[in-house]
Amino acid sequence: MSYVLRRVGQAVVVLLAAFTAAFVLLQAMPGDAVMIRFENPELGLSPEQIAALRATYGVDVPAHQQYAHTLLGFLSGDFGHSVQSGTAVRHLIAEALPGTLQLALLGFVTALVLATAVAFLSTYPRLAWIRGLLRSLPSLFVSVPVFWLGILLIQVFSFRLGLVPVINPGPVQGLVLPVLTLAVPISAPLAQILTRSIDEVYTQPFVTVVRAKGASRHWVLWRNVAKNALLPTLTMAGVLFGELIGGAVVTETVFGRAGIGRLTEQAVSNQDVAVLQAVVLLAATVFVLVNLVVDLLYPVLDPRLRNKSGASV
Amino acid sequence: MNLTPSVGPSAAETAPASAPDRPSLWRRPLRLEISTLLSCLVILSVVAWALVPGFFTSASPVTGEAADALQEPSAQYWFGTDATGRDVFSRVVHGSVHSLSGALVAVTVGLVLGTLLGAVSGAVGGLVEDALMRVVDVLLAVPSLLLSLSVVIVLGFGTAQIAFAVGVASVAAFARLARSEVVRVRGTDYVEAAYASGGRFHTVLWRHVLPNSMTAVAALAALQFGTAILAISTLGFLGYGAPPPTPEWGLMIAEGRDYVATAWWLTTLPGLVVVAVVLAANRISASIARRGRA
Repeated sequence: MSYVLRRVGQAVVVLLAAFTAAFVLLQAMPGDAVMIRFENPELGLSPEQIAALRATYGVDVPAHQQYAHTLLGFLSGDFGHSVQSGTAVRHLIAEALPGTLQLALLGFVTALVLATAVAFLSTYPRLAWIRGLLRSLPSLFVSVPVFWLGILLIQVFSFRLGLVPVINPGPVQGLVLPVLTLAVPISAPLAQILTRSIDEVYTQPFVTVVRAKGASRHWVLWRNVAKNALLPTLTMAGVLFGELIGGAVVTETVFGRAGIGRLTEQAVSNQDVAVLQAVVLLAATVFVLVNLVVDLLYPVLDPRLRNKSGASV
Repeated sequence: MNLTPSVGPSAAETAPASAPDRPSLWRRPLRLEISTLLSCLVILSVVAWALVPGFFTSASPVTGEAADALQEPSAQYWFGTDATGRDVFSRVVHGSVHSLSGALVAVTVGLVLGTLLGAVSGAVGGLVEDALMRVVDVLLAVPSLLLSLSVVIVLGFGTAQIAFAVGVASVAAFARLARSEVVRVRGTDYVEAAYASGGRFHTVLWRHVLPNSMTAVAALAALQFGTAILAISTLGFLGYGAPPPTPEWGLMIAEGRDYVATAWWLTTLPGLVVVAVVLAANRISASIARRGRA
């Protein structure tokens, strides 16, 4: 129990530190975002009007009051207002979230399928002659720029083969290429974990026994590999989430899809600090929560860790 | 791995003068696999592009022949030409300096800041370690692209800015590695011996602990170099790097996007160069890591 408490406390500290860092970096800077945007002489605003605007954005009070106010706001789900459009950031995010969730979920599932296929083929005895090639696929997948992959897929499937229409694709057709683009880099670490797990399973003595008793290769694989690969995959869950977010920024930009990624890209282009701050902190929160859950799940999933985790860490 | 025996002897023969004198030191580095050699070749040629672009191409990267617009790859234009008749190969060659110097800056930022963070926390321990590691936790909690974007929004757009932003995203990885290495080396007998023979904290850290942690750090640096090339081209593609007409690789691909239906070479070929460089850097990193373990 004390382990759980300590781990939760650590997560809270990290989130608070992330918030403070984001606040110091993005809000408390000398030239704040509101100044940058409205002090532009072309807008012709008087100092009084700027002061009024600063008051509406809540940046005219001392930094520590701003800090408390912003922190309370974030805790209650109020992320302030977009400097660019004046819309509440909460609405912008709520609007963009479903599209990105759909893309990320499908991308992750596709990555899992792709990784399983690569791992299975690269350990299949009959394909030994191209094993070197198959085993180098994951390292190729991580070396490919996501934006370039997206453009390449559009080029091949939309323009060369004419399989996916460029203009007004159906809801399903429009998802195929973005999902594939997002899935390729995510599948690389998964494929590596799975390949290693399959190799490991085959070196274990019990496999020989099970095989000798008449179990087929597939039976052994399906029964044991998934179990073996689960823990290392869970360890990577936070990192994979980060990859999905980063991938979504690029994929949504390339394919012109509305979503959190596009929102982020536009926030940076427009110097819209409030939006970026909210996205960054939400991503950090999800990352910390995912890792917290994974850490708490370990002892449940692996009995060997049950005694250790209470004592150490 | 199974290539090593066949490559080893023949590679050793190419350096007969030095091999007999110091066999243990000279033979080991020459036992390279073909793929690692190829990777070094890729990196070396891109470095050569960056240093003496005029040696590889005489065409200008920023002005083109309007009459030769959108030419397919040919003997004259290896990578074809873009909409304003600029030689794409020349632009890729001249662009290498942006990607390489950017990646170098990024790795340096990550290496220096990260190693400092990790080495200090590993060496000092206690409260300092706890505090510094929470900083690292925060850096790790934000997805690397978002972290880079946060730095970009504060510092503004430009080549140096995105290089620094990419470097900040790699600080956490270097810090964790440096800390674990310092903790590992600290526990060894020779460090204890150095303390026992009168070495002080800083001298021991500098002369014994850091040098012995370097293989792992070098492997990570090579890996981060590839990652940095990718990240810089991504930020360039999003338009946060150097403005046009700078021949930056990511920006070139972004510009070629409008001609994806008719001129495949504008996006495909520069992208292939990026893939080759990143693959090569990752390969070299894996090779260094393996030698460190051997």
